[in-house]
Amino acid sequence: MAYSDKVLDHYENPRNVGSLDKNASNVGTGMVGAPACGDVMKLQIQVNDAGIIEDAKFKTYGCGSAIASSSLVTEWLKGKTLDQAAEIKNSAIAEELALPPVKIHCSVLAEDAIKAAVADLKSKQPGSKEAA
Amino acid sequence: MSDRAPIYLDYSATTPVDPRVAAKMIPFITEHYGNPASRSHPYGWTAEKAVENAREEVAKLVNADPREIVWTSGATESNNLAIKGAANFYAASKGKHIITVATEHKAVIDTVRELERQGFEATYLEPEPNGLVDLEKFKAAIRPDTVLASVMLVNNEIGVIQDITAIGNICRANNVIFHVDAAQATGKVVIDLETLPVDLMSFSAHKTYGPKGIGALYVRRKPRIRIEAQMHGGGHERGMRSGTLATHQIVGMGEAFRIAHEEMAAENERIRMLRDRLLHGLMEIEETYVNGDLDHRVPHNLNMSFNFVEGESLIMAVKDIAVSSGSACTSASLEPSYVLRALGRSDELAHSSIRFSIGRFTTQADVDYTIDLLKSKIGKLRELSPLWEMFKDGIDLSKVQWAAH
Amino acid sequence: MNTVYFDHNSTTALHPQVLEVMLPFMTAQHGNPTSRHVFGRNARDAVEHARTQIAETVGVQASQVVFTASGTEANNFAIRGIAGNLAPSQMLYSSIEHPCVSRPALALQTNGWQVNKIKVDPHGQLDLEHLNALLQRPTGLISVMLANNETGALQPLTAVTAAAKQHKAFVHTDAVQALGKVPVDFYDLGVHAMTLSSHKIGGPLGAGALVLDKRVDIQPLLLGGGQEKGLRSGTENVAAIVGFGAACAIAQQQLADYQTHTTLLRSQLEAGLHQLKATVFGAENAQRLPNTSFFAFHHIEGETLVTALDKAGFAVASGSACSSDSTEPSHVLLAMGVEEELARGAVRVSLSAHNTVEQVDAFLATLAQEVKRLKAMTAIAA
Repeated sequence: MAYSDKVLDHYENPRNVGSLDKNASNVGTGMVGAPACGDVMKLQIQVNDAGIIEDAKFKTYGCGSAIASSSLVTEWLKGKTLDQAAEIKNSAIAEELALPPVKIHCSVLAEDAIKAAVADLKSKQPGSKEAA
Repeated sequence: MSDRAPIYLDYSATTPVDPRVAAKMIPFITEHYGNPASRSHPYGWTAEKAVENAREEVAKLVNADPREIVWTSGATESNNLAIKGAANFYAASKGKHIITVATEHKAVIDTVRELERQGFEATYLEPEPNGLVDLEKFKAAIRPDTVLASVMLVNNEIGVIQDITAIGNICRANNVIFHVDAAQATGKVVIDLETLPVDLMSFSAHKTYGPKGIGALYVRRKPRIRIEAQMHGGGHERGMRSGTLATHQIVGMGEAFRIAHEEMAAENERIRMLRDRLLHGLMEIEETYVNGDLDHRVPHNLNMSFNFVEGESLIMAVKDIAVSSGSACTSASLEPSYVLRALGRSDELAHSSIRFSIGRFTTQADVDYTIDLLKSKIGKLRELSPLWEMFKDGIDLSKVQWAAH
Repeated sequence: MNTVYFDHNSTTALHPQVLEVMLPFMTAQHGNPTSRHVFGRNARDAVEHARTQIAETVGVQASQVVFTASGTEANNFAIRGIAGNLAPSQMLYSSIEHPCVSRPALALQTNGWQVNKIKVDPHGQLDLEHLNALLQRPTGLISVMLANNETGALQPLTAVTAAAKQHKAFVHTDAVQALGKVPVDFYDLGVHAMTLSSHKIGGPLGAGALVLDKRVDIQPLLLGGGQEKGLRSGTENVAAIVGFGAACAIAQQQLADYQTHTTLLRSQLEAGLHQLKATVFGAENAQRLPNTSFFAFHHIEGETLVTALDKAGFAVASGSACSSDSTEPSHVLLAMGVEEELARGAVRVSLSAHNTVEQVDAFLATLAQEVKRLKAMTAIAA
């Protein structure tokens, strides 16, 4: 299968691999996909007091394109507000990585992971009804 | 990443042509050209003699009569010809039910499915978790109208060897025509068609160090098995298979099978040593599983699943070795291997499987390199894997509710 | 003694340049094109390059070329595959088709098809009036070869496709003998399926192709691993396919020279045959392959003459190779209305660009002697 240079770069040198404290109030965790589907993505974001994403980490079980998609979005997320983060579209990820049609679902999964992480974080924020 | 060619550990997908085979073939595409069916001039005669010599070599490897060997373009055609040819010929007298196994090659499965569309009925037996067919279940699948059974000798993905003698005896006792796909078996296991209760057997050259594009079908003479031709034309191969014969390829198959006959005993010992070395090395990696029975198996094949890493990324990570995830014929699709699923492997483990297939030109250094590569790359991928992290945290992954995707 | 090869319609020697491009794929480049590692990708690239070469030769897109193991397989595939997806109606084929067209055509009868032969005229060309008469019945498929392997007669395919269009029938042509000898353009001919073969054009045995119009819905003959987009399963014969592609490119490039050279040699040959009072079948027909001459002498068995010429160092054929096992006279000549006794005498010379004026001269001298000797024997016997 022909992977683009950008996919290969992210795959060989994944950015921001790791985990943040999922219990911290300023960390949002999104876990999407299922092992049976061949992809599981865990994306975590950490915001500062101004509501800006200051760190992002991922772990991905999946193909090269899934790893590259999640690695790429951790780079994109840093410095964005939660609202800006939620605007990241899978099409932009697919375009940046030149994903072939059979791999578009990897970018969709990355977008879903962002949304899930943002939702998790928002649920922890003061004012949210789920907040403790 | 190195610039040199990767180490080839995909001998079950195709083997390199043995240099001795290539040397025999080349004169037949340069000097001795001729249409073997052309009886009227010496170009044709030389070709015909070479074709008949090759037929004898193929027959010798499997202890058959040369007159029982029909040339085809490969094992796929042999399987199509055997199954459609026998099913159609005997349907009227015996019935329209076929038995095969869920782990057969697609050339068998899809041919049986086509016959189903034409009004046959089929039973696809599920093998046991070790990949072997349970004889009692096979016996139970036989019906009064069973015309044909097709069971492969050596599985292409997991290398397990079916008990063809026992299955064949059941077929004999029940008057069922028995076809065996032996594409992955020649040169790896002893085949004696004089004693094996097999009616039809498919062979391929390019899995046994011969060229691509040539195969053969064994059609038993005593008792005589009849097949309906699937390709019509000049009436070559006693009417069973028409089409101009590729002399150099036939010569190549003959030479490849001659070498296999001569060298298989010694070669298999050497390959078994390499396989055991590879197996022990890889088993040092945590959460690693062998797919398929280890005892009833050709030494050339090692199929393993590496838990908590995904198959495609695994293949990418090990691109310095040339291996398959699932069979070569299905690796264009993203579906996990249907063979491993038939063994009851989870989708995850089926996804994360690698087939290592060892052959004539594999060295101990190749094996050691492979072990080191797998150890380091799987470590790296597991660092990336959220599943590995959860596993290490003691989470039972089977109890996790995964987000729908 | 060096035998002079005059049987190029049966099979051709491998072109040295073709061998050169094939050799790596018979040795070091051994991958299975389905494999995803570099061995597999190299093999895949080579197969796709060959597909493009063949497509360009006949004026189609690469995606329209399906590789098979032979012309025979491609013909079987075309007829069974196209008919298999149609409601049974009438199938027509010319009375001079190769058995690998006529036999699968006749086999359609068991599926409810009406199968009929289209006549040819005494020159060996399709009888268009007969075709039009047959087309009064609903017809699904017509198969007419582009050039006959025995007489070399070119068939009026554009007229066939024009007539077929009115009746919405698919047209298949076996272009195995025409490729490399005359220009072959898929869309100029207006056909829906076309069979090609490698070993008739300086390529290796073991590769053929079926070229398909995109509108044709065809059933595969071989099922399995799903190669060739599911239309032809089985591991690709990479070396042969690579050779086929190269042979196509070379043949196309040398086509004009080939035609000039073989036309010249055949004129020389047929002038000599005329002097020896041979009957040359279809000679008045301008629409012939430039390299083929099919002839007979009264009271001389073709087989006998071929054997005598063989001993004298000339490889020629009596009728087509595929039927030279049998003593039946050529079905092509009988279809042309040639009397059986003369048909039994038929000998085919098929030339190539490698043959020379000297070889033809030597052949004519030997032929004169052998004919004289054999006629004398016949006279004694009589």
